[in-house]
Amino acid sequence: MAIPVIYNLRSVKARWTSAVVAVLGIAGTVGVFVAMLSLARGFRATLVSSGSADNAIVMRGGATTEMMSFITVESVKILQDAPGVAHGDSGPLITSEAVAVAPFPLKSTGTDANVQVRGVSANVLTIRKNVKLIQGRMFQPGLTELVVGKNASSSYAGLTVGNTVDFGGGHWHVVGVFDAGGSAFDSEVWCDARVLDDVYKRPPNLFQSATVHLDSANSYQQFKDNVTSDPRLNVDVSREVDYYAKQSTAMTRLITILGGLVAFVMGIGAVFGALNTMYSAVAERGREIATMRALGFGGPSVVVSFLIEAFLISFIGGALGCLAVLPLNGLTTGAMNWQTFSHLAFAFRITPGLLIGGMIFSLIMGFVGGLPPAMRAAWRPVAVALREL
Amino acid sequence: MVRVDGNGTSQSLIQVRNLGKTYRRGGEDIHVLQELNLDVDKGDFVAFMGPSGSGKTTLLNLLGGLDVPTRGTVTVAGDEITHMSAGKLTAWRARHVGFIFQMYNLIPVLTAFQNVELPLLLTSLSKAERRKHVETALAVVGLGERMNHYPRQLSGGQEQRVAIARAIVADPTFLLCDEPTGDLDRKSADEIMELITRLVREYGKTVLMVTHDPVVARRADITLHLEKGVLVEAREPHSIAAEV
Repeated sequence: MAIPVIYNLRSVKARWTSAVVAVLGIAGTVGVFVAMLSLARGFRATLVSSGSADNAIVMRGGATTEMMSFITVESVKILQDAPGVAHGDSGPLITSEAVAVAPFPLKSTGTDANVQVRGVSANVLTIRKNVKLIQGRMFQPGLTELVVGKNASSSYAGLTVGNTVDFGGGHWHVVGVFDAGGSAFDSEVWCDARVLDDVYKRPPNLFQSATVHLDSANSYQQFKDNVTSDPRLNVDVSREVDYYAKQSTAMTRLITILGGLVAFVMGIGAVFGALNTMYSAVAERGREIATMRALGFGGPSVVVSFLIEAFLISFIGGALGCLAVLPLNGLTTGAMNWQTFSHLAFAFRITPGLLIGGMIFSLIMGFVGGLPPAMRAAWRPVAVALREL
Repeated sequence: MVRVDGNGTSQSLIQVRNLGKTYRRGGEDIHVLQELNLDVDKGDFVAFMGPSGSGKTTLLNLLGGLDVPTRGTVTVAGDEITHMSAGKLTAWRARHVGFIFQMYNLIPVLTAFQNVELPLLLTSLSKAERRKHVETALAVVGLGERMNHYPRQLSGGQEQRVAIARAIVADPTFLLCDEPTGDLDRKSADEIMELITRLVREYGKTVLMVTHDPVVARRADITLHLEKGVLVEAREPHSIAAEV
């Protein structure tokens, strides 16, 4: 049988000041680890939730973002007749969209940040069903009117209903605020696509993408096959949800790598903290360890016992780190979306999986910090250890 | 019957033959034990004396399987322990040896009960059986009422009693005592020796004890002196009853 766990629990309690140092080191590391990854998760979730499985986005062949794409009104008309396109009261559910970037002053700092301005069709709310107007009304086609996402409205000065803002050479009236369910659209400003083209002096009847609402998610392949094989069109088709997921990849990877790097460096420090704590535990309890080995507890039992102690310390540290960053969950922050060159508001997203990952990370630190001292304790000659008391 | 001439019978509980231990310090070999022989029968009570550095504790460590000799053999109850692997030696110690240390070596964060229970955790006894054994051992040493006390709540004499209870609780083949009264005042030392003597006389335990104290040594059946690495009989075996 192994050395009783109560021995480890009480030993940690008896030497709590030393244990606290290791606990705090691990807690800090796990906290940073979870916070950074929750940032990446939040960024990704915000973009992914922008897409819908039964919507397809159509862009110029070879374009990877809307900024790099264009699509003509003739192409949009061909898309309207493609199989799988859902129809509403006013015809095919397609929104032809143009995008631009406009600077607005952030309320928090007063400095300008880029906001994505999306020109859409008037029927956009029937295509993006997760978007609801929560204040004011929808823009009127043909007028320089704006509806703004709730994050944009709360983050930037002037984007409130009734206000007038100037950008792109136009004079715009804010007439409504919409809630896009925490997706990237919440950080956008929407207007009539044709008006946007006109204000920005772009060629008339030229858009950058078209988003098609399908009969069902299952109709996607049929729609895609049809339009990509149509010789009149040179387009790529993606599920809207996949498009936004792909958009999040670069930023998510960047945050994950940076976060991982910071956590790794901090982790080295935390491991040294754990090593220090466990080595001093071994040194201070040389007599106890030697006695237990004399009584018949083997080297492996001693290793397991000290690892349990290291795991206990790291578990407490991990749990504290997770608890400390838990209040960040849902907290909104912002970052530049390098795919659109605009500011994107998103929330920290601390998931159960992330917390489990944080706990595993803490236990790994406990293992790395606890194993060498445990080995030292276990394989030191008993007679020597007893003689040096 | 205790012999140091190497002519004991194979029936002896402990047989030591040509035992040698050499340490190397500063490039020089120090021969602590040389061609040492010893035979101890079941129920014998042997005291080892000798000046500091004479090898008393080294001998005790070799007999208890805590150290390995440079040459020679130690056989206990038919088991030759000098060539056992570390793992087997650990298991052998748990089964056959009860240690009593000068500084008691109790685990400070465990109660008296939990300290005494430690050797039993290495057996297949159930929790209830372990409890019964621990209570019996603590009753033998007169600390049945103190089983929930921590070592810091006990006097030195009481701590050594707990250590004795820990040493006997698994009913080992023999007890090794390294200066068991070295850290106690005379009164406590007498009480501890009374207890160890009782273990020999009433319970038939075999005890090998290292001591500096001639008064303590007189409790033993025989006192052996370590001189120049070999054991020398200091006096004729004497009756415990005559001494007490």
